[in-house]
Amino acid sequence: MRDKLPPEPPGSEVTPEKLYVRRREFIKNAGLFAGTAAVVGGGLYLLGMKRTRPMDGFVPDAGAVAQPVVPAQGLFSTDEPRTPYEDITTYNNFYELGLDKNDPARRAHLLKTRPWTVVIDGEVHKPWTVDVDQLISAFPLEERVYRMRCVEAWSMVIPWLGLPLGKLLDRVQPTSFAKYVAFTTLEDPEQLPGQKSPVLDWPYVEGLRLDEAQHPLTLLATGLYGKQLPAQNGAPLRLVVPWKYGFKGIKSIVRITLTREQPPTTWNITNKREYGFYANVNPAVDHPRWSQASERRIGETSRRPTLPFNGYADAVAGLYSGMDLKRDF
Amino acid sequence: MASSKLPWLNPAIAVGGLSPLLLLAMQGAQGQLGANGIEFALNQTGLFALAVLLGSLACTPVRLVTGWTWPARIRRTLGLLAFTYAATHFLTYAVLDQGLDVRAMAEDVFTRPFITVGFTALMLLVPLAVTSTNKWVRKLGFPTWQRLHRLAYVAAVLGVVHFVWRVKQDVTEPVLYGAVLALLLAVRVGEALRKRRALARPA
Repeated sequence: MRDKLPPEPPGSEVTPEKLYVRRREFIKNAGLFAGTAAVVGGGLYLLGMKRTRPMDGFVPDAGAVAQPVVPAQGLFSTDEPRTPYEDITTYNNFYELGLDKNDPARRAHLLKTRPWTVVIDGEVHKPWTVDVDQLISAFPLEERVYRMRCVEAWSMVIPWLGLPLGKLLDRVQPTSFAKYVAFTTLEDPEQLPGQKSPVLDWPYVEGLRLDEAQHPLTLLATGLYGKQLPAQNGAPLRLVVPWKYGFKGIKSIVRITLTREQPPTTWNITNKREYGFYANVNPAVDHPRWSQASERRIGETSRRPTLPFNGYADAVAGLYSGMDLKRDF
Repeated sequence: MASSKLPWLNPAIAVGGLSPLLLLAMQGAQGQLGANGIEFALNQTGLFALAVLLGSLACTPVRLVTGWTWPARIRRTLGLLAFTYAATHFLTYAVLDQGLDVRAMAEDVFTRPFITVGFTALMLLVPLAVTSTNKWVRKLGFPTWQRLHRLAYVAAVLGVVHFVWRVKQDVTEPVLYGAVLALLLAVRVGEALRKRRALARPA
């Protein structure tokens, strides 16, 4: 009969007498412990919520591209691994749609990119006010895989679709007085709610020297990864200047004006010391708050050295011969 | 309150306070921190370090204003928690962001005020963490220990400055933290003035 008795519980499972006696208090304390821990942990979590990471698996639904595309080669496309579509479309600086990197993707639906009118005017012989789809279909689209280097020291490799800006400029025929090209983003706080807050002077404006604008590398992008450009990436039309920091690539363009004088540019107005007009990618000129000598390619852990003119020096360094790029940064 | 000793209080603060760090580490290991996970981890650990540091500095003002005694019991735990987040923040920068490139980090620390200030704040917290034990309080004597631990305020001010400089344009959030810190300092200054007057009167 002896072996039929249940085994004696191990000492570790026996409730200590003190706790057994004060069981109610123990349970109460356990509850208070759990409640307090939840309040502290939850409180911190809420404080950090503002910078939520992008939604898992979020892929914006971009439209199809209606016309055939010419893939570019050589200088006009790198064969480096492309940054995933999801990262390109959820990690964006587009303050008009929010200050955090994932805000633009979340609010992209607010921006109606069709119908959309673009005005090209100023020092041109043939000013042109045109519907964006009409503009796009007037030129063959090219696919160009460019490195993109943000002034914040991260970078991507992006397969853009677009048309060389130079071809558009040829069509409107700059006058002999034209020296610069000024760009303006849509101003409409209903569609771009970030414009309700005065963090920057709205609308966003950018500019290039005419020879920079006419350079064959300079692209007016209308799509990426073979699809129509999503709003958070600057639909329906954005500037891509691959040897300059990303903030030069003005998004959602409504006006392109050729000018005699150097146009004002948004980040330069905001902070002249940190953001120059030229904003050429330059590992030798640091941002006052961080080094520009290296960068982190999105998707990689270790940093890589930043190349002068973002690796496009052979093609564009000549544009700046005789200039002091430490001063004219 | 359950008992005068509140045995659950400090363990709860420690477990609750460390849980966001654990979550961050787990998400990081699974690559769920978004396109630039290192930047995300840096932002989160830095924010938590400052928030918890302000929490630790709120203990005495809360006690003074309310008369409660329990804030004094959690001050050390909160301080050590703040140090843990600040150290994790720095290690994320040093190991993940900079890949332990000592030259690049030295250049950052010595030539960029934004980093200098953050690094100094961390360095100020180190002696405070080391001397956080009762043994050290006895060894230094309470008045000396207390004076040393006022460095926490300096670290918090530097932390707010670091945060302001980190932000590219919208300083609303760092300014909010600065305002909380100013309020906490004001309560202390008010108390010190009151004490001084109380001492001066009988003399």
